[in-house]
Amino acid sequence: MAFLEIRGVTKSFGATDVLHRVDLEVEDGDFLVLVGPSGCGKTTLLNMVAGLEQVSSGEIAIKERVMNDVHPSQRNIAMVFQSYALYPNMTVAQNITFGLEMHKVPKPERDKRMREVAELLQIGQLLDRRPSQLSGGQRQRVAMGRALVRKPDVFLFDEPLSNLDAKLRVTMRTEIKKLHQRLGATIFYVTHDQVEAMTLSTKIAVMDGGYVQQFGTPKQIYDHPANVFVATFMGSPAMNLLPVTVTDGHAVLADGQRLRLANAPAGAERKALLGLRPEHFAAPDDAAEGLPRLKGKVSVIEPAGSDTYAVAMIGDCECTARLRADAQVQPGADFEFACEMAKASLFDPDSGKRIE
Amino acid sequence: MTAPRPSRILIYGTLGLFALYYLMPLFVMVTNSLKPLAEITGGNMVALPQEWTLAPWLSAWSTAQIGVDPSGLRPYFWNSIKMVVPAVAISTLLGALNGYVLTKWRFRYDTLLFGLMLFSCFIPFQIVLIPMARLLGLTGLAGTTGGLALVHIVYGVGFTTLYYRNYYSAFPTELVRAAQIDGAGFWQIFWRVMLPSSGPITVVSVIWQFTNIWNDFLFGASFGDIDSQPMTVALNNLVQSSTGVKEYNVHFAGAIMAALPTMLVYVVAGRYFVRGLMAGSVKG
Repeated sequence: MAFLEIRGVTKSFGATDVLHRVDLEVEDGDFLVLVGPSGCGKTTLLNMVAGLEQVSSGEIAIKERVMNDVHPSQRNIAMVFQSYALYPNMTVAQNITFGLEMHKVPKPERDKRMREVAELLQIGQLLDRRPSQLSGGQRQRVAMGRALVRKPDVFLFDEPLSNLDAKLRVTMRTEIKKLHQRLGATIFYVTHDQVEAMTLSTKIAVMDGGYVQQFGTPKQIYDHPANVFVATFMGSPAMNLLPVTVTDGHAVLADGQRLRLANAPAGAERKALLGLRPEHFAAPDDAAEGLPRLKGKVSVIEPAGSDTYAVAMIGDCECTARLRADAQVQPGADFEFACEMAKASLFDPDSGKRIE
Repeated sequence: MTAPRPSRILIYGTLGLFALYYLMPLFVMVTNSLKPLAEITGGNMVALPQEWTLAPWLSAWSTAQIGVDPSGLRPYFWNSIKMVVPAVAISTLLGALNGYVLTKWRFRYDTLLFGLMLFSCFIPFQIVLIPMARLLGLTGLAGTTGGLALVHIVYGVGFTTLYYRNYYSAFPTELVRAAQIDGAGFWQIFWRVMLPSSGPITVVSVIWQFTNIWNDFLFGASFGDIDSQPMTVALNNLVQSSTGVKEYNVHFAGAIMAALPTMLVYVVAGRYFVRGLMAGSVKG
C-alpha cells in the first residue's frame, strides 16, 4: 500500500461535479505536484487531503488509515497557505509553536523544536517580530517553519510561491527542493506553474476540468504526454501540433511535405496531430546526420539570450522552434528545420488522446 | 516668517467660531455649577463666578433630594455602573461570537438569520416595553440591575453582531483553516486568533454600547426600581423635583456628572473609533 492514497475521490457541490473519480498514489518521500489551470479542482483536492473540505465519495488514506472523517488536526499533516496565513497577533516564535501548543507538547520540547526549525530556515533573528514586520520571503519561511516544526507525515503546499516576485520565487523554489532532499519528507504541492511542477516534483498529476489528465514522473509527462492538453500545458513555449495525415509510416503535412515516423502506428491512413516540442527542431548545421527536414517560412525571431526562438509557418501551422543563440536565421526567409522524429508524439485529432 | 494667507485666516476663523459655539453650553454648565445659587438667580448666567464654590457638586453627589431620599446622585451613579459594565461586556462578546460564527462557520440560512438580527436594530424602544415588562416579571428580574442589564444586552446584540460580522467577513478565512490544522478548536480559534485581532472594532462596539446604555432613559425609567434606577432617571428626578427652591447650580453639577463617563470613554478610546469604523472598508 502506498503512503498516501487517494482512491476514487469525487467532489460535488450540489449537482456540479468539480472532481471526477481521482486516483493517486504517493510513496513515502515523494514530491507530488498537482498542476493545472485555475478552476481545475487541484486546490479542492488538496483541501480534502487536509480535511478542510468533505469528500463526496471515495477514500483518502495516509499510512493505510482512512482519513475521510478524521479532523484536520488529527491527520498529522501540515499546510503552507498561499497567503501564508500567519497569525497577525502573534510573534514569529508564537506562530511556529502554536500548533505544538495546541497538541499539548510541553514547553521545553516546543522551544527545542522551534530552535531547530529556526536554524534550518535561518530565521533565528526574526523570532520576536510580528508578521507585519516581515518581507514576503521571510513570511514564506515562517509559514514553512510552522509546518516543519510539527514533523508531519505529509506536507501540503497550496501555491506557496505565487505571492512572491519572480526572482525570489526561483530562490525559494530551490530552497523547497533542498529542504525536500534534506528531510526526505512527503510533499503534496499544488501550483498552476508548470515550471515549478517540472523542477520540484518526483511525480506530477496534471489536472484539467476536474479530471486527472495524466499522472507520472516529470519525464513521462514531458516526453510522453497522454493527450493534447498535457502536451500543450507542460513546457514553454508550448508543444507545436501540426495537423498531418498518417499513411504508410509517414506523416504528410497539409502542404505535402512528408516526414518518416520513428514509431508509426499500425493501421490504415488516418488524420492525426504531430506533436513536436520547440527543442525538437534544430538548424540543419547543428543537427545529427540523416534527420528529416521540414521547410518553413520564418516570420519572427525572438532572441532569448541563451537560445533563439524562431516562429515559422510550416505546412499551414505556426510553429515555434528553439534554435541555438547564434543560429543563422532571418525573418521573412525560408528555412529548413531538422526534426528529431524519435521524440515526436502523435495525437488523435478528435479525442485528443495520444496514439501509440 | 511669512504672513498667513487670507484663506487660512478665514478657515481658522470659522473653525474657531464653531468651536466657540459648541463650547458655550459646556462653559455655561461648568461656570454655573461652581457658583452659589444667589449669583444665578440674581443675575448673569454667562458671567464667571464671583465666589468659586464646590458646594453644588458635593450636594449633587451626596445630599441633594432625589425623589423621597436626600441621597444625592451617588447611589444611582453606582447603579448605572453596575448595569453598564456587564451589559457592554456581554453584548460585545456575544456580538463577536455571532460575527465569528456567521462568517467562519457558515451554515444553511445564516444570511437570513443575520438579516433578522439586523432587524432588531430598527425596532423602536417603545414597542418592546410591554412584552419586556412581562418577560422581566416572569423571570423575576423586574426592578433589578440584572434585569436592566439583560434588556440592554438583548437590545444591543443586533448592533454588535452587525459590527463584528462586517469586520470578520474581511478577516482571512485561511487563518481559521491554518488554526484548524494546527489543532485549535472552535473556542481556541475565537480566543487566540480572532479576538486578539479585533481591537479596532471592539473599541467601536464598546463606545457605541457604553454611550447608548449609559444615556438610556426610557428603559431605566420603565424597568428600574428605587434601588436599581440609573443615573439618567435620578438626574431627571433631581431636576424635576417640584418642592423647594430650584437649585440650578446643583442641577448643572448633576448634569455634568451624568455626562462625564461617556466623555471619558470618548477621550480614552476615541482615536481608535474612526479607525475602527473605517476598518474593512478600505484595503490596508
